[in-house]
Amino acid sequence: MKYVIAVIKPFKLEEVREALGALGIQGITVTEVKGHGRQGGHTEFYRGAEYTVSFVPKVKLELAVDEAIADRVIETIQLAGQTGQIGDGKIFVLPLEQAVRIRTGETGTAAL
Amino acid sequence: MNFVSKIGRTALALPAALALSGLLATSANAAASVNKGDTAWMLVATCFVVLMTIPGLALFYGGLVRSKNVLSVLMQVLVVFSIISILWVIYGYSFAFTGNASAALNPFIGGFGKFFLAGVSTGSEIGTFSKETNIPELCFVIFQMTFACITPALIIGAFAERMKFSAVLLFMVLWFTFAYLPMAHMVWFWAGPDAYTLSADNLSLVASIVGEDKAKQLIDALVAATTPDAKALVLGEYAGYVNATNGYLFNWGAIDFAGGTVVHINAGVSGLICALVLGKRVGLGKDLMAPHNLTFVLAGTGLLLFGWYGFNAGSNLEANGLTALVILNTTIAAGAAALAWTGGEWVFRGHPSLLGGASGAVAGLVAITPACGWVGPGAAIVIGLAAGFICLWAVVFLKSKFGYDDALDVFGVHGIGGILGALLTGIFVNPALGGVGVTDYLAGDTSVAVAAYDFAAQMKGQIVAVIVAIVWTSMVTYVALMICKATVGLRVKEQQEREGLDLVDHGERAYT
Repeated sequence: MKYVIAVIKPFKLEEVREALGALGIQGITVTEVKGHGRQGGHTEFYRGAEYTVSFVPKVKLELAVDEAIADRVIETIQLAGQTGQIGDGKIFVLPLEQAVRIRTGETGTAAL
Repeated sequence: MNFVSKIGRTALALPAALALSGLLATSANAAASVNKGDTAWMLVATCFVVLMTIPGLALFYGGLVRSKNVLSVLMQVLVVFSIISILWVIYGYSFAFTGNASAALNPFIGGFGKFFLAGVSTGSEIGTFSKETNIPELCFVIFQMTFACITPALIIGAFAERMKFSAVLLFMVLWFTFAYLPMAHMVWFWAGPDAYTLSADNLSLVASIVGEDKAKQLIDALVAATTPDAKALVLGEYAGYVNATNGYLFNWGAIDFAGGTVVHINAGVSGLICALVLGKRVGLGKDLMAPHNLTFVLAGTGLLLFGWYGFNAGSNLEANGLTALVILNTTIAAGAAALAWTGGEWVFRGHPSLLGGASGAVAGLVAITPACGWVGPGAAIVIGLAAGFICLWAVVFLKSKFGYDDALDVFGVHGIGGILGALLTGIFVNPALGGVGVTDYLAGDTSVAVAAYDFAAQMKGQIVAVIVAIVWTSMVTYVALMICKATVGLRVKEQQEREGLDLVDHGERAYT
């Protein structure tokens, strides 16, 4: 099993969710986060004051998937989440040791 | 018109009847009458100006501060309004709008004649700017009360987010008493148009100014005068007596339709002194101090604009064509300034911002305030454009160059905009530039005549008014702040400032 973490642009969330749904992914956890990569931040002006806002709003997706489809999941997120502009985000993939469905006690891929 | 020579005559006038000048406002002119149209308009205009303060100004300022200080700003506006409204009835109206028994003090401050509104009843009347047209005096009392309430509240923006609540209260009482009331008296207190009518029909009013015997003597002399020159001599002598009862700046011939000097320069310059004396907010330049809610700011701007119709157009004291011109000028000056400010931002900073548009609209309203009933619509657009650009410059460049922390730009918008408006009024009142011309209120005549425009004399009057306002409000503000510092202290502790005034001063939070 793999644990996939993707940080994407907020307005791309729906496209990514639809694309993953078409792939048969049933569970995703979404968090609204702030951060920056090479994009840095942006500058805001309020009358005479100038503020550099370093952390820009992003959406973080987390999903646990069967190793067999992990590559397709990553490719799907990469394609659906892409605008080609700076700030599109990143995908991180970790090995996943165990998964448990709390309601039934099922474990491993059966719990996904 | 030559005001200087009038002042010369005024200084020589020494009627013992000055002591009676407290009675001027209510002295009856046989022909003067109150009409319900004017009265209805003035009552409505008064209510507009209340809306301008609460919640207009409160929301405008509240949206500009950080979320931990929004309630402190709203609360300060509400409480200042409440205190001043009561002080206005106790002594404010009397010190602003009665004569002083002392001829030396009379040009600068009123007397005790109308403490607790003594003698002002539902039947009392007061003159407008037209001959033989009165409004109920109580109507004038409440209209002027709303001006007295909003002016100190404007200063709140300068020391926002750091001044102790107790210090705010003490400062406002001192500033209102020693800065606002003398300025209002100097600029606005005058005998009224009917007082200048020298005729047998108007004997009681004339007698109230120069005494019974002198009144009869002057009226007889006017009847006996056969040549225009002889008539002018008598009228001139009489006008000198009447002018001696007026406020200092009124006699300079400074024109200020709705309070650019008394309200905006007065409060704006006071804000600068407050910012300098209190010092910068903790974390300025390091912490994010962006406005916490620009939606509030626009809602506040809209209510300010709406209330400003009462403020500017109500200052005509009558409902007529000039009142309509004032509303027109007020609207287009605000629009022009909003466009100028956002246009300037777009060119120099890359974005036309909503905050810039709202700030520009307020700057335009400030600048048109002294001009609104003196200039034509073309001039109103020019004044608005100038206010938008120049106030933007003051807020962005002047403030950063000198580094004072005028938190919500009271000086940049009200001070600079007020001074600009006062000076441009003197230029654009010129009929050759579409202005309505200066009415010579100081001339002893049976009609209110439009005098020939004299650029040098007019600008001299405007500049004197601006300088008197700047010097007087600066001195009073500084002394008042020192008194606060020595008694209750000026600022909250650093830790409290970081925590926010809402919790520290008021024990509550706006957003949970």
